[in-house]
Amino acid sequence: MNAFTYPDSVDTAGMDVANVSERPLLDVSGVTLQYKTRRHLVTATYRVDFQVFEAERYVLLGPSGCGKSSLLKAVGGFLQPVEGAIRLNGWAVSGPGPDRMMVFQEFDQLPPWKTVKQNVMFPLLASGKATRREAEEKALDCIARVNLSKFADVHPHMLSGGMKQRVAIARAMAMEPDILLMDEPFAALDALTRRKMQEELLQLWDDLRFTVLFVTHSIEEALVVGSRILVLSPHPGQVKAELNCGGYDHHAVGSPDFQDAARRIHAMLFADEVETVKGLRS
Amino acid sequence: MTGLTLTRQRRRMPPVRPEYERAVATTGPIGDVARPLSLWERIGNVTALRRFAVLAAVALLWQVAATWQNNPLMFPTFAATVTALWEGIWRESLLSMAWVSLSVLLKGYAIAVVLAVLLTSFAVSTRIGNDVLSTLTSMFNPLPAIALLPIAMLWFGLGAVSLTFVLVHAVLWPLALNTHAGFTSVSETLRMAGRNYGLTGIRYVVTMLIPAAFPAILTGLKVGWAFAWRTLIAAELVFGVSSGKGGLGWFIFQNRNELYIDKVFAGLVTVILIGLVVENVVFRWIEIHTVRKWGMVR
Repeated sequence: MNAFTYPDSVDTAGMDVANVSERPLLDVSGVTLQYKTRRHLVTATYRVDFQVFEAERYVLLGPSGCGKSSLLKAVGGFLQPVEGAIRLNGWAVSGPGPDRMMVFQEFDQLPPWKTVKQNVMFPLLASGKATRREAEEKALDCIARVNLSKFADVHPHMLSGGMKQRVAIARAMAMEPDILLMDEPFAALDALTRRKMQEELLQLWDDLRFTVLFVTHSIEEALVVGSRILVLSPHPGQVKAELNCGGYDHHAVGSPDFQDAARRIHAMLFADEVETVKGLRS
Repeated sequence: MTGLTLTRQRRRMPPVRPEYERAVATTGPIGDVARPLSLWERIGNVTALRRFAVLAAVALLWQVAATWQNNPLMFPTFAATVTALWEGIWRESLLSMAWVSLSVLLKGYAIAVVLAVLLTSFAVSTRIGNDVLSTLTSMFNPLPAIALLPIAMLWFGLGAVSLTFVLVHAVLWPLALNTHAGFTSVSETLRMAGRNYGLTGIRYVVTMLIPAAFPAILTGLKVGWAFAWRTLIAAELVFGVSSGKGGLGWFIFQNRNELYIDKVFAGLVTVILIGLVVENVVFRWIEIHTVRKWGMVR
């Protein structure tokens, strides 16, 4: 058993646990997504259902072409489903909005003409959620949480990739969105930085207990970051399984438990190939 | 073993070498090897000085060539031109004439900038707007502004209005073309980030698209400025006094008629000087405080 072994939550049992609402925060039902290229109409996902509850770390996992990013963009309101519905707090999602903050994979998601602090303040001011003073206070707090206080007045082009992603996370955090949408946020980072960022994200979650919908194609990342994993099959994306994940941390990666879970998911994703391997063995 | 001649030799093994660990030395003494630059190197690093040297070389070349030609009527020396410029400023109100030109220019330029912003905002927000802009720019951008002046004079009469009209035409299309190119090259991620904030319509254009496309817009502004200057001077030259008071072009035109060639050169030098100042002071200042500071341009 690898139940919740995060650095600061050793005494999870002793903490006062606030029960979250029984109603799902995000309800995705029967969603089919299609997009047009110049020649083709591509179906990205076909009748995908899933529900995300408050304070969950919900991971969409699948190989490239399973429409996981398209699903996230649909939740973000950038893509309209051709079939099915996406509801947040019971309200249908109709367009992009600051109640669902996105963290993208690309480093150029931060407007380069704003300093780190201004970048974090920008959505707060643009959405009219805070006055300038409140926004500044909040921004500085969030920047401190991602350990970038020293760089508050620096422009993004002076920062490394990992630092830019931290700013993007701080920016999303400051908005206190209903749900945080992360589209492979650490995929473009080097392995060491990625690991550190995963740890920091878990630490942040432990402090703030936000809800996050996280897209990845790495089984290991899904197991480390997620509390529940939706496994999608490719071309078009369909739900293959929905799994609970006991909260492994990086120390658990080598454990047999973790390896079993990883192997199980791997078998689901690459079922055909595994069968041929089995055939050879017998 | 095998028939391949390449693998014929015995299987090679790398040598096994001992492992080691080391305590890393403090980098204090290593970090101090910076050498101060020599005076010449530091002088060479000042852009303004280098540019000034280029100007001085051009002036020197001019002086030598004109002295060698020895034909002050056709080709006055640099010194003579400077004298004429000096006299022009103090005796013939060259500065106020330059101001007449400049004020017309600024008015036309400002109107064109506003129109370009409106047109390109329309173009990025709707598909038909995009078609309108593309068609109009490909129609009007190659059309020389000066060719429109006769028509403008028929419509608006001899005066500043006609000049402003051709100026707007000269600036609007290249600026709109550059701005639109800038808007379309803004990364998809940044666009989505902006819409994620809940920004729409004109706020989205002003707070996201314009700063993101600023390098291209700045190029458009520079090109537009140059086009405006050319058009204005040409218009004044060809049609003489077209506004109530004479401008720089009129100064050049009049002195050419009276064969004061050194004064003609003084007028041209004034045009060049204003161009240099605007490019190296105004636009450079904007560039340093925007795109360079933001790391969008090196």
